Amino acid sequence: MHWWLPLQASNFAPRIDGMFTWILIITGIPFFIVEIGLLVFVIRYRHKPGAKGHYTHGNTRAEMVWTAIPAVTMVALGLISNSFWVEIKGRNSVPANAYPIGIHAKQFEWWITYPGPDGRLGRTSGDLVSKANPTGRDSTDAASHDDIVIRNQLHLPAGRPIVAYLTSEDVIHSFFVPEFRVRQDVVPGMTIKSWFVATVPGKYEIGCSQLCGLGHYKMRAQVFVTTQEEYDTWAQQHAAPAKGTSTP
Amino acid sequence: MRTLSSVAAVGAGLLIWVAGGPSFTSAPSGAAGGTVSGKVKFVGKAPANPEIDMSEEAKCAAKYKTKPHEEIVTVNANGTLANVLVYVKSGLPADAKYPTPTTPVVIDQQGCMYHPRVFGIMVNQPLQIKNSDPLLHNIKAMAKKNRPFNISQPAAGMTTNRTFSAVEVMLPFECNVHGWMHAFAAVLPHPFFSTTGTDGSFTITGLPPGTYTIEAWHEKYGTQDATVTVAAGPKTQDFTFTAK
Repeated sequence: MHWWLPLQASNFAPRIDGMFTWILIITGIPFFIVEIGLLVFVIRYRHKPGAKGHYTHGNTRAEMVWTAIPAVTMVALGLISNSFWVEIKGRNSVPANAYPIGIHAKQFEWWITYPGPDGRLGRTSGDLVSKANPTGRDSTDAASHDDIVIRNQLHLPAGRPIVAYLTSEDVIHSFFVPEFRVRQDVVPGMTIKSWFVATVPGKYEIGCSQLCGLGHYKMRAQVFVTTQEEYDTWAQQHAAPAKGTSTP
Repeated sequence: MRTLSSVAAVGAGLLIWVAGGPSFTSAPSGAAGGTVSGKVKFVGKAPANPEIDMSEEAKCAAKYKTKPHEEIVTVNANGTLANVLVYVKSGLPADAKYPTPTTPVVIDQQGCMYHPRVFGIMVNQPLQIKNSDPLLHNIKAMAKKNRPFNISQPAAGMTTNRTFSAVEVMLPFECNVHGWMHAFAAVLPHPFFSTTGTDGSFTITGLPPGTYTIEAWHEKYGTQDATVTVAAGPKTQDFTFTAK
């Protein structure tokens, strides 16, 4: 862990930080060369009485070089990191045993759906969203009857792959837990999967990272990462009633 | 002496103007006329209201000694139901006009709850939206017959006035920062409405003699209608909602 970055609390965090550090070094070196050069030129070629300006029309070779090097570097970074991005964002990358959790974003709340004892999330529909049914749960789907719906609290077992099914009710939001290094836009009309493994038990925070309205800065939720046993106990305590009514 | 005469003349003129002033086909609420009053009773076991987790808003949570609950079904100690809006649904003359009060109806956001939760307001009567909490609330009016609005009040003491130009029963309000905050307004063309409180009673005054349909509205239990014939004097009409 680097002292200037948040805790690494997911399976992706160390490699994301590695990429971040390498890209920072690769882009930082030319940044300092250019800025120091700029400073030197500004001082060395400052206005002096009697000095005449020298006009140049550029150097094609130099321009080719300093365009090609960043371009090749960018492409190389993309190719090198491609497999990692596929692992994080690829549609088929979600592990088969991932534990499903529904995350429904709306101005300015996060509604979390847990699958209950059957381990399956019930069907939802935007047409069914109401005050009493904030996630639009479809009660005709038997899998929804034991689902647990809770506002602004994401409870996760540590060490187990999680697949979040992200939906939005109104505008584009973004699911972001800095300690997990996981950020995924949540787009109305789409169900987007995002997977990760929370590795370090603790308390974190979801922050919406897409400006979504005047209350954007208040759109936060607590994240509790616990052991599997603690999670199971919590889930039992919050088990949904038989008919699957929501637990606000 | 001349001054006194002038004052007297102006005073007499005013008296004549008031006496012969605008007349209404029905007396405004509170004036002479029939009165319909009663209680809204509740039968059965009251359902538990969902507990509100206010941990995200420490300044609101601090205002409660016990865990706050939503006020969806509030059954009073005397077995009556609060937050029921009772109003004259029909029976008033179609061409009747009633003066619009200039005094605003105030809805206050306090302790991350709306006060009142259910209320009536006349068409074009000012609604003053007030924030007594030192934090952001937005108030979203999900009107269908009026112009919807969604305004934010990020600081304590802020007030905003709005009016509604069309009849709408009911018009829901919500705060999107605090999902448990809901309120409901009946926008009516007349002043004959009343909301039950901690004793479950309602009183509608100033009704001209006639036969009316009175409706009682509750956010969970829906509506009940009663036909009431009003003459000069009081009339009692109770309603009963049953637990589902």
